[in-house]
Amino acid sequence: MKQAVVAEGLSKSFGAVEALKAASFSVSGAELFGLIGADGAGKTTLFRILATLLLPDSGKATLLDLDTVAGYRQIRTRIGYMPGRFSLYQDLSVEENLNFFATVFGATVEENYELIRDIYAQLEPFRKRRAGQLSGGMKQKLALSCALVHRPELLLLDEPTTGVDAVSRQEFWQMLRRLKSQGITILVSTPYMDEASLCDRVAFMQDGRILAIDTPQGITKLFTKPLFAVRASDKHRLIIELRSFEHTRSAYAFGSSVHYTDRRSDAAPEELAAWLRSRGFGDATVERIAPGIEDTFMALMENGAAQSRKEEAGDG
Amino acid sequence: MKRFIAFVRKEFYHIVRDRRTAAILFGMPILQLLLFGYAIRNEISEVRTGILDYSHDVVTEALSDKLFSSGTFRYAGSLASEKEIPAAFASGKMNEVVVFEPGFAGRLQKDGVAHMQIVTDGSDPNVSRTVTGYTESVVRDYLSEQRDGSVQFAGVEVVPVMMFNPSLKSVYLFVPGLMAMLLMLVSALMTSISITREKESGTMELLLVSSLRPAQIIVGKVVPYLLLSFINVVTVVALAFFVFGVPCRGSVALLFAESLLFIMTALSLGILISTITDSQQVAMMISLAGLLLPTVLLSGFIFPISSMPVPLQVISNIIPARWYLVIVRAVMLKGAGIAELWRETLVLLAMTLFFMAASVRKFSERLQ
Amino acid sequence: MGEQVIQTEKLTKRFGNFTAVDEISFSVSAGEIFGFLGANGAGKTTAMKMLTGLLAPTSGSATVAGFDVYRQTESIKRGIGYMSQRFSLYDDLTPRENIRFFGGIYGLGKREIAEKGERLLDSLDLTEAADTRLAALPLGWKQKLAFSVALLHEPKLVFLDEPTGGVDPLTRRRFWDMIYQTAASGVTVFVTTHYMDEAEYCDRVSIMVDGRIAALDTPEALKRNFDAADMNDVFIRLARPAKRGEA
Repeated sequence: MKQAVVAEGLSKSFGAVEALKAASFSVSGAELFGLIGADGAGKTTLFRILATLLLPDSGKATLLDLDTVAGYRQIRTRIGYMPGRFSLYQDLSVEENLNFFATVFGATVEENYELIRDIYAQLEPFRKRRAGQLSGGMKQKLALSCALVHRPELLLLDEPTTGVDAVSRQEFWQMLRRLKSQGITILVSTPYMDEASLCDRVAFMQDGRILAIDTPQGITKLFTKPLFAVRASDKHRLIIELRSFEHTRSAYAFGSSVHYTDRRSDAAPEELAAWLRSRGFGDATVERIAPGIEDTFMALMENGAAQSRKEEAGDG
Repeated sequence: MKRFIAFVRKEFYHIVRDRRTAAILFGMPILQLLLFGYAIRNEISEVRTGILDYSHDVVTEALSDKLFSSGTFRYAGSLASEKEIPAAFASGKMNEVVVFEPGFAGRLQKDGVAHMQIVTDGSDPNVSRTVTGYTESVVRDYLSEQRDGSVQFAGVEVVPVMMFNPSLKSVYLFVPGLMAMLLMLVSALMTSISITREKESGTMELLLVSSLRPAQIIVGKVVPYLLLSFINVVTVVALAFFVFGVPCRGSVALLFAESLLFIMTALSLGILISTITDSQQVAMMISLAGLLLPTVLLSGFIFPISSMPVPLQVISNIIPARWYLVIVRAVMLKGAGIAELWRETLVLLAMTLFFMAASVRKFSERLQ
Repeated sequence: MGEQVIQTEKLTKRFGNFTAVDEISFSVSAGEIFGFLGANGAGKTTAMKMLTGLLAPTSGSATVAGFDVYRQTESIKRGIGYMSQRFSLYDDLTPRENIRFFGGIYGLGKREIAEKGERLLDSLDLTEAADTRLAALPLGWKQKLAFSVALLHEPKLVFLDEPTGGVDPLTRRRFWDMIYQTAASGVTVFVTTHYMDEAEYCDRVSIMVDGRIAALDTPEALKRNFDAADMNDVFIRLARPAKRGEA
């Protein structure tokens, strides 16, 4: 089996809302594939279709060479699924949850303990505690253990790190890397752009559409315009002033600097720096930088939005 | 099978860990029974009874004495004619009048049957029911004592008349009604809530993906509540018997078997409700408004069906509790067997199968 | 620094023998954007509840918008704005109805609500969607509306609890434009977030670890002191050794 997941033109509407618009992508065996997008981008609908919980309106998908519609029974025994919300029994203890899901999936904790040991070891001191009383990071680890306990070949993780603090998120991704190294294919979604760089390949999603698919390094090549990091002491005023500059295409706060793109393809940083100094930013610095994943996503989003507007205008 | 046991165990954890639910489940039957029971007991502490004796013979006088010596009934005067009854009730002087037909003792001896009337003030139907039943039981006691003696009596036919609100026959009505209500509540409400809770929390997604079959999930949800409801039935029947002396004249096994059938009806209704909604709140509203209210109001528990307007009488036919009530009353109070009750049993069985089939059909293996 | 809008002195909250918030002392001045960070379970939520008058402290003292957190909780609630990702507006009401409802709750007069409401809808470009149920609007719009509604009664101080969770990067930045504008108009912004780049946008940042404030400074100073490349680094270095963070 080369491709663990193949999706072709998946579409799904709920009433008037088109949640998913002809999404196509594929995930290879033992790949860590990330779906990046905000709430409402269609990630959860896509996951539910792949998890055989929803039927697509059109298009088809195969998981582990099994069709999600015809072969749903077999698929269900071979995948591990972690829904978007924390979906364990809050009134059951850590141990009871794990045992329950093991039994229900026809496995035992003992036979697959090796696989979850890394993750579960951190939970063991609390194994008598009710799941509802765990912290966000611990809950996610428990949910992951429960999704892994029947040794699935493919993991579908829908926003496992949402609402989890940066430390727990980092640990969580380290666990995913280890699982991948054991040959498990992982499809994971996240709204955090910084997590995209931890995947083998990523797909950007927006408004039910897949905007782009590539490796984290490759995808930034889609950002074609020169990008500048601008720094000055009063960031808010800096953004406002930059947006009033006649050649500005976009100016967005990015961590400690402001990322600026110019309408012209041959803009010089010196020109902008001089202009800023003339506007009273004595300490302004401008430096050309390589675009990151978030820059790329935002640029693609803006293009996508422009395109949808054009389509709508064409339709109307 | 292992999966199934794990599932049922998990359900029990849910029930036991949610203290409030557990308290309601186990406490409510006892509390309800005691409330109903004692409320009714207190009301019969003083019955102002008048006697209208058209016969004035040995038996009627013995019966009257027996009545007033029981302590519950207070002699409130004798009447000369039925025409005086409304005035006596209206003034509050009396709330019960016992009427003996002319030649009471003679008829009893000759025909084996004599008639007496128990007229009660129906403006308070609960008191009336209680009073009537109590009077009947005193008469029954008296007759059974006589039977043991030398005099041969075949029987006295008691005709209760609830003035202003004619209906009804027994004091023990609330036990069957209470059973129907509790079973509806525990079985239908609790199952529908417990299934929709899994939908709300997202755990249903995991259960579906786990390749448990829908039937396994449904049965896993049903079994714990079946057991709990059955415990409730036994508790109510036992309490009714030991605390209030409500008899079970028919077969206890039949009573329990019919109760199990009714529990199944209620459980399948609960599952059906959970298939049409994803929210606990809606499930609760449907269970309360759609199931519990009709069970209380339209089953004959509180308002006799025979006194309902015809459209409501027709509607009452589709209320499962109506049939269950007939069965329980017949078994407990009349000592009826399956020979008399096969029709009602069949109706319940058909309803159960229908709801079961509908819910298994509607219970999707997917979301939506 | 100007007027202190929040001032706490050894503020503490214990639940049984568990100390959720352990003697935190800090102050926030008017017009400041104050980032309140911490790992899950570090005590952030409990501290916020005390500052918004929803939970009585065990010991220590604090004033919020000039009111005492023990005795004047009602005045605090009237004097602050609050918006959280979890609870903000009613999805089954329209923007206009939401404004009318929350305006009423905050004790604004009818005419005031109408005037401010229209201005607000206009400034958010929501005039066309003013009578559409909120559920049908994109998340980004809802969050901006929720923020504006929290400011409807012109509080001196607004609490934002993870206001940008789940939002796309463009909308997140537009939201921060609003935060900047609000702060520039003199309103103090007290904000929590899991996005570490957003910590950089704050004037000052505090990081809670195990119920205590482990660090409090400007993002630049924090990065310098911890010799870190960005705020994510600072956060991980501080929060990683947390003893109880994961319980």
